[in-house]
Amino acid sequence: MKIIVSIKNLKKIYKNNLVAIKNLNLDIFEGEIIALLGPNGAGKTTLISTICGLSSITSGSIKVNNFDVVDDYRKTREIIGLVPQELALEPFEKVINSIKFSRRLFGKKDDPIYLDNLLKKLHLFDKKNETIKALSGGMKRRVLIAKALSHNPKILFLDEPTAGVDVELRKDMWDIIKELKKDGVTIILTTHYIEEAEMIADRIGIINNGDLLLVEEKQSLIKRMSIKTLKVNLKKSIAKIPDKLKSYKLKLDVHGNYFLYNYKTGTKKTGITSLLSDMGSIGMELQDIQTKQTSLEDIFVKIIKD
Amino acid sequence: MNLQGILAIYIYEMNRSFRTLIQSLVSPVLSTMLYFIVFGAAIGSRMEMIDGVSYGAFIVPGLIMLTVQMQSVANASFGIYFPKFIGTTYELLSAPLSFIEIVIGYVGAAATKSFSIGIIILLTSNLFVNIDIIHPFFMIFFLLITCITFSLLGFIIGIISDNFEQLNIVPMLIITPLVFLGGSFYTINMLPEFWQNIALLNPAVYLISGFRWAFFGIGDVPITTSVFTILTFTSLCVLVIWRIFKTGYKIKT
Repeated sequence: MKIIVSIKNLKKIYKNNLVAIKNLNLDIFEGEIIALLGPNGAGKTTLISTICGLSSITSGSIKVNNFDVVDDYRKTREIIGLVPQELALEPFEKVINSIKFSRRLFGKKDDPIYLDNLLKKLHLFDKKNETIKALSGGMKRRVLIAKALSHNPKILFLDEPTAGVDVELRKDMWDIIKELKKDGVTIILTTHYIEEAEMIADRIGIINNGDLLLVEEKQSLIKRMSIKTLKVNLKKSIAKIPDKLKSYKLKLDVHGNYFLYNYKTGTKKTGITSLLSDMGSIGMELQDIQTKQTSLEDIFVKIIKD
Repeated sequence: MNLQGILAIYIYEMNRSFRTLIQSLVSPVLSTMLYFIVFGAAIGSRMEMIDGVSYGAFIVPGLIMLTVQMQSVANASFGIYFPKFIGTTYELLSAPLSFIEIVIGYVGAAATKSFSIGIIILLTSNLFVNIDIIHPFFMIFFLLITCITFSLLGFIIGIISDNFEQLNIVPMLIITPLVFLGGSFYTINMLPEFWQNIALLNPAVYLISGFRWAFFGIGDVPITTSVFTILTFTSLCVLVIWRIFKTGYKIKT
């Protein structure tokens, strides 16, 4: 796959000596959705800002489509769209004028057909002549996306696109993002919501304290780090784990009604068959069994803690 | 050169003025007309001629200068400060625009507005006094360069201001006193010698004098000094803006 954004040894230190990004390296591939996860102040927005030209770079380099973001800023910026975290919009402007303004800033002439289609895609067409202050928060966020897409960019940065929006709208946004991916747009999004990354991202990067802790395919990350828990409800409660089952490192419920068994999903032998077999051999009868898989959130918390 | 980008900023700024026409156009023109009525018609009719020019006509260049300088600074400073205030400067910084293009867009719009106001005031002043302009082309040039220069100054003020109070400090506490004391309503020859020398430290004296020379062929200082002053001021503003964009001061994080 073609690398569309290449970040090498990026360092960003603010004027107050705050180190926002420490020697970060990252390649982003054309057409993928990469989600950058991290707590507040991790460096996610700073990373986007340095790529898009809002923040200066202390050291290192960033290339977009093989062009340097500082030396060849016109070539890099013309293929980038940015949706900021805040609802930064001119409140007294009409939706359509605001979008036309964004398109022209990128050196492109008006294209009413393209802009109308864009508004239709974002369910904004019937609002095109309304002033922005009359729109709801969710609609304003759509306007921000429309503005970012007004010049038909190849790369779209979404800085916490669903922050503060309700569940229904969040799912709408995910659909929009998936549609954009189908159109070939590379999408880089930062988010607090692990569920969001789990639902729409191809790859996940975890940032904390200016360090990129890992970048991995979502599925392989979940598979590699995921642990399943088997809950075995017993017909008769027990006081302690029998000696024969001690090697399984079971966790017994305080009332002795059930125990938990953790196993890795990525391995060939889970140990479930032998556990059930050993239970049978000592006359333990089970009433019910359930499994629970660790979520990306559990993985995220574990990585951040480590 | 990103001409579409420049045009986008320019049109956007001009549209903002049309949305607030009373504030942008009617208010400054009305204020200046009130000056004409009070100082020109009421008090001026009892004043003697200054260098062969009636007092009512004499104050026209000074009043135009006062208004266009204030308007240039106000329009340009608000033009760039408002996007900063509402957070939309991200669009400018992430677009393929150079600092020159951004400045041309904002300063061009601000200068257009104040230049238009200056011309409207000039035309309406003819309702009160008779004015014959000796050097009309030079007058246009001088008016235009003043509008551009003070719009550049306004742009700088808009960038470095952190709140609306700071935005108004320079126009209210520096520009207004300088222009009032720079000979808008009198010639500095009327002042005692000591204050004449002090007045020469006021850059507004050179601008008003130059503009008045275009009207009546008279001025407090030689016209070349006035031209040199305004061009030096223009260059200084351009240099400061270039430095602001180069370092990203109060623009980039």
